[in-house]
Amino acid sequence: MNAHPHDTAGHGHHDHDHGHDAHAHGSLRSYATGFALAVILTVIPFWLVMGKVFDKSSTAGFVLLGLAVVQIVVHMVYFLHMNTKSEGGWSMLALLFTSMVVLIMLSGSIWVMYHLNHNMMPGMMSETMHRDMP
Amino acid sequence: MSEITLPAAGLAPADPSARFYVHEHHPEHGTMLGFWLYLMSDCLIFASLFAAYAVLGRNYAGGPSGAELFDLPLVAVNTSLLLLSSITYGFAMLEMQKGKMRATLVWLAVTGLLGAGFIGLELQEFVHLIHDGAGPQRSAFLTSFFALVGTHGLHVSFGIVWLLTLMAQVRKHGLTPENARRLMCLSMFWHFLDVVWIGVFTFVYLMGVLP
Repeated sequence: MNAHPHDTAGHGHHDHDHGHDAHAHGSLRSYATGFALAVILTVIPFWLVMGKVFDKSSTAGFVLLGLAVVQIVVHMVYFLHMNTKSEGGWSMLALLFTSMVVLIMLSGSIWVMYHLNHNMMPGMMSETMHRDMP
Repeated sequence: MSEITLPAAGLAPADPSARFYVHEHHPEHGTMLGFWLYLMSDCLIFASLFAAYAVLGRNYAGGPSGAELFDLPLVAVNTSLLLLSSITYGFAMLEMQKGKMRATLVWLAVTGLLGAGFIGLELQEFVHLIHDGAGPQRSAFLTSFFALVGTHGLHVSFGIVWLLTLMAQVRKHGLTPENARRLMCLSMFWHFLDVVWIGVFTFVYLMGVLP
């Protein structure tokens, strides 16, 4: 608990949370590594779009999303110090649960609304009627 | 926190650890985990705003599209400001670990300035858009854009208010365990906002200008 120089009364906690503190903060090295990776992972997507590297939007989109996911992981590990051990694994569990909910919410919304748009196109009704009618 | 002085000097000395029950007992791990859970719920707010943008982001209603409106060099500057503020906050935490109050305050001030620069540029962008008739009421795309980017900006603004408050607290009371805990919470908040911004610049700005 060397982070708390004025801590004179809290001796009772020392042994208890030492391991926690050890990985709750980063070191200069880990911040620098994270920053370097984050800069690279920021520059690449901007370059891809501003330099019009890909002809197809869908390819560019998937590459951009992939880079964003990698950068989010880099931030989580090097800046937010996420690992499986902090808080006895509870923060990782909360993160995994949230990611699952977010994934379901995002993919579900996009999936449902895309098909809704698709099926509610003007002219769609007559098409289906033609198909269903003998 | 006040030491309890026993009036009767003749009593057997109490167990020294008994004093700590007078001290505000804050369970270790509790605050950090609780704050992390708050951030996760904040994550859900942003996820719903991202979902709204994903659904509505191409509904221009005959109005301007992202490719016509977004100024990517400005977004690049904004992104670098926020990324730099993340690393400067990290430096503040490292100085806090060493117990150096002045250096901590300096790095916190740098972080606040970078955050203020980010908010300034974002407000300038918003004013510019609204002035050009591309306000939130123009199309579903712009409604979801302003909702998502505006919510993020609001978070950063409140983060700056929190940062200033903590700077005053640290200057007044020093790097006490309480202040250290608060600074760690704000650190998580600040880095979390940078993580959300990764999603914003990728999904809204960069993918928005793709043909």
